[in-house]
Parts: sequence; C-alpha cells; structure tokens
Amino acid sequence: MKNWLILAVSALICASLPFYADNYMLRVVTTAVMYVILAQSWNFIGGLAGYPSFATAAFFGLGAYTSAVLQSHHVPLLAAWSAAAVAAVLFAVLIGGAILHLRGHYFAIASLVVAEVLREVINTTPDITGGGMGLNLPVPHGSIAAQAQFFFYAMLILAVMCVATAIVVRDSKLGFGLRCIQQNEDAASILGVNAYAYKTTAFMLSAVFVGVAGAIYASWVHYIEPPDVFDIMLAVKPLVMALLGGVGTLFGPAIGAIVLMTFEELVWRNFLTVHAAVLGVIIVLLVLFLPNGLLPLLRSWLDRLRGHS
Amino acid sequence: MIYFQILANGLVLGGLYACIAVGFSLVWGVLNVINILHGTFIVLGSYIAFFAYAYAGIHPFISVAIAGLLLYALGYTLQLTMINRVIAAPVLITLTLTFGLDLILNNAMLVAFTADYRKVNLANPLGSIEIGPVFLPGDRVAVMVLAVVLTLILYRVLRDSRIGRAIVAVRMDREAAALMGVDVKRINAVTFGMGAFMAGAAGALLSVVYPISPLASSSFLGKAFVVCVLGGLGSVPGALVGGLALGIIESFGATWLGPEHAVTLSFGLLLLLLFVRPSGIMGKRGYE
Repeated sequence: MKNWLILAVSALICASLPFYADNYMLRVVTTAVMYVILAQSWNFIGGLAGYPSFATAAFFGLGAYTSAVLQSHHVPLLAAWSAAAVAAVLFAVLIGGAILHLRGHYFAIASLVVAEVLREVINTTPDITGGGMGLNLPVPHGSIAAQAQFFFYAMLILAVMCVATAIVVRDSKLGFGLRCIQQNEDAASILGVNAYAYKTTAFMLSAVFVGVAGAIYASWVHYIEPPDVFDIMLAVKPLVMALLGGVGTLFGPAIGAIVLMTFEELVWRNFLTVHAAVLGVIIVLLVLFLPNGLLPLLRSWLDRLRGHS
Repeated sequence: MIYFQILANGLVLGGLYACIAVGFSLVWGVLNVINILHGTFIVLGSYIAFFAYAYAGIHPFISVAIAGLLLYALGYTLQLTMINRVIAAPVLITLTLTFGLDLILNNAMLVAFTADYRKVNLANPLGSIEIGPVFLPGDRVAVMVLAVVLTLILYRVLRDSRIGRAIVAVRMDREAAALMGVDVKRINAVTFGMGAFMAGAAGALLSVVYPISPLASSSFLGKAFVVCVLGGLGSVPGALVGGLALGIIESFGATWLGPEHAVTLSFGLLLLLLFVRPSGIMGKRGYE
C-alpha cells in the first residue's frame, strides 16, 4: 500500500510539471522519465533475476525502428507504438530462448552482441530502414509546446505503468521466484521454480516498456539513425542508474535515474569534452565505495534518525 | 586458385586476431574479469609505437617491447589498486568497473590525441611476398609472424616459468593456490599486467597495418570477444585457433557476402556458438 502511495504522489508531482516548467525543463524531465523506464525495466532481469543484461539498447532501437518504419507506411501513432511493444516482447522471447541459458559473463556479452547485430542488420537494409542514412518520422500537428507536453505525458504514463508492474511483480510469485533464481538458480530449479519460464518472463518485462519508450523517443525527436538508438550508452546508463540507486530494490533504479540525470544536467554540460570520463569516474567511485547503492544508505540513515528520536 | 589467396589473407588476419585476443582471454580465464579496457589498451599501444616512430625513429617492431612494458605497469597498478578490491564481487561489478575505467582512459586519449586517424608509414616497407599464385603484403606477414611468436612466448611462460605455474594454479583453484603459498593478489596483478602487455604489444604491431584512433578500441574489444568464444576461454591455443578461425571465416565471408556483412557475420557466428557450444572449439580446460 505504501509503495502505491509513493508511486501515486510522485506521478502527480511530475504530472503537474508542465503547468510551471519551461520547455527546456520539460525536455530534460522527459529524458529523465525515459531513463526511469529504462532503469526500472533493466531491474526486472538484471536486479531481480541477477542476469547482467545489456540488451536494453537492442529493445530500445528495435522499438524505435518498428514504430518509425510503420509510421512511414502511414500507420497511426498509437498503433505503431503498440506494435513496438509487441515486437520487443516477441524479440525478447526469441533471443531469450537462445541466450538465457548462459550465465554470468557469457550472458552479458551475448546480450551486448544482440544490439550490435540488430544495428548491423538495419545498416545493411537501407530499402526498409533507411540504413545509415537514418529515418525521418512524420511531424505531428500542434504547437511546439503542445507536442512537448504530449510526449512528456506519454513517457510519464509509460513510466507509471512500468513502476506499477514492478510493484505487482515484487509481491507476486514471479518476483519471489526471480529472487530465488538470483540467489541460487540450481537450488531454485530443484525446488520447483520453472527457471526458464521465469527468466523469459523477466526478460519480456525488461523489453516491453523499453520498446515503447524507444517508439515514443523516435516520434519525439522526429529522426532516428542506428548509432543513436542502438547506442551502447542506452544499455550502460540504466545499469549504472540501478547500481546508483540500489540493484534489485523497488524504487532504487528510478532514484538512481533521477540522481544521475540531475547530475548530468548540472555538471556535465560544463565539461563537454570530458563528458565520458566524468561518467567513468562516477562509475569507478560507485563500484569501489558504494556497491549497494544509495537506497540502503538512505535507509540506514533513516533508521539511525529514528533511533535517536 | 583464388581460394588460396583468400585463405592466405584469412590466416594473416587470423594471426593478428589471435594476438588481439590472447591477453583478453588470459584475464578472463584466470581472473574471471571481462576487461573492457582491453581495446583501449591496444589503441594505447598503437599510439606509443606511433609516437616512438614519429619522434625517435624507433621501428614499431622494437616498440612492441616498450609498449608492452609500459602497459604492463599500467595494468599491474590498476589491478593492485582497484580491481583487486572487488575481484570476488559478482560479474556485474567487475565488468562495470573496467567499463568505467575504460571511459576515463579512452576519453583521456581522445582529448590528448584527438579522434584523427593516424598511421605509421614505414620508411622502408617490406614490399610484397609472392608464393606461387598467392600475393601477400610483407608488412602484414611480418606482423602476423611476430604476433604468433608473441603468443607462443606467452604459452611457454605460462607453462615453464614459476610465475606462469602460479597463474595456472590460481586459475584452477584460487583457495588451494593461496593455501600452497601463492600470493593471489600479486598473481592477479601480474596476470592483469600480462594481459595488458599483450594488448600493448598487439597495438604496437597493429600500428603498422591499421589506422590508429581512440574510436577503434571497441572494434578490437568486439574481435577479442568473438575470438575467445570461438576458441574457448582461458587457453593460449584456444585463442590462436579462435583467431585463425575468425580470420578465415571473415575472409571468405567478405568475399562471398560482401565486406559490409563481415561484422554481422562474426557477431552472428558468436551468437550461434554461444547457443550451441558456449565452451568454444577447444573446450574449457586448465590454462596451459
């Protein structure tokens, strides 16, 4: 119940944003909400099941291209977005069948390679996808401000759906099974957890919202190209955000996403040439000194405060 | 007879791939760390060779030792001060750490050397070699031979030297090795240093045949992945077999399907192999 309350309150606060934020702010927040979706989605497979997935970029790019190609054939917006969700889920089932029996490093690499293969496939099929030239999307009607609001609310609704799913999964049999798999997969299998089905479900959950986020992103920026939507950073940043907030926790990835995006806006824009290095320093410090993330740290502080009062 | 030419091209390419991958395979096999830095180490080795040739006139083949030793020092320090602290943590943590370090090092190189492509242009190139119907560029053949020699030296070091046996022992059983008096932390650092040495040496060799840029690091890393999975992890012969196999496959693939599909082919092959035989052609055995 508490978790639903937290979700509702933060969603309402976000939803009120367009009434007082300017367009620049709205753009930044839309991006942040997108990363909340990516980080929370990664958490299904990477956090709960403990499978270090780099497939986020693959799902994102696939969703973006599915929707973009359909829209260039005059499919309406919402139908194209839904198709992106279907494509991402089907792809996750297909790829999951091939790589989810791998563990550890092998899984990480295989999931990383999936995005590279997709990128190359799109690069070498210019007749359908525009190849390296990229693809233009139809510009929607309405003023710039109205468009900005439309895509912001679209992202926000998707993020709420994603976090709501996380809450449901956490207290369900599925969530319990995934945590068992994370701790000891062989033991979980022996005790009757259908590891394959559970992992595939987690992989699907980690794909569906990312696919739609990619589709919304494509419509939002009107133009996509393979290096943009299959960017390796789209797979790495969600992972760093989850690490920052707390891997496997319910709201950790979302908190990590917001903290990292805020940091990016405040600090990185002043250091453009060493952008990547600053992220690198954050990652190194995080791994060495804060491996459990911010959320457990916050909790222990809260507990200490309560203990004193 | 064109097939002999394609095969020869593939073998030359494969020797280079083996040299790119062997250090990566060593670190992965012994430390269970995926060293994302590997590609950047290779590029750094290339830059060392480039500047040594441009400013001091040192031939890149001599720079192999210089680049190797400098990178050994860098790798040894990184492992001792940072990676050792999280060596026992789950996969995600060590992978993420080396990824973060890679971002820093690669960005530093981008700022210091810019993204411009450079190349070592030898004053006295080796010309071309003609064996029957097969033509081969002399520089590439020399690089390939040196790469294979370096790989074989590493093999002998691991087999015959005291430190090599200690590395193999750590790979087989970390705890048992510690009980036998092996200083595991130091061996970790030496292993990572040796991986970096091989990367730096490979980079110095490659500076003669490939253009150099910080942007090339990820493609080297990708090749190292594929070679390791192809040949089987954690053995020098595995890296050699995997490298040669990839070289030949890419060479024939580029001829039959067109060069633009070479990358798709190697990655597709990687996925297929992971699916049917994750342990690679040579299987998983002790690091010999």
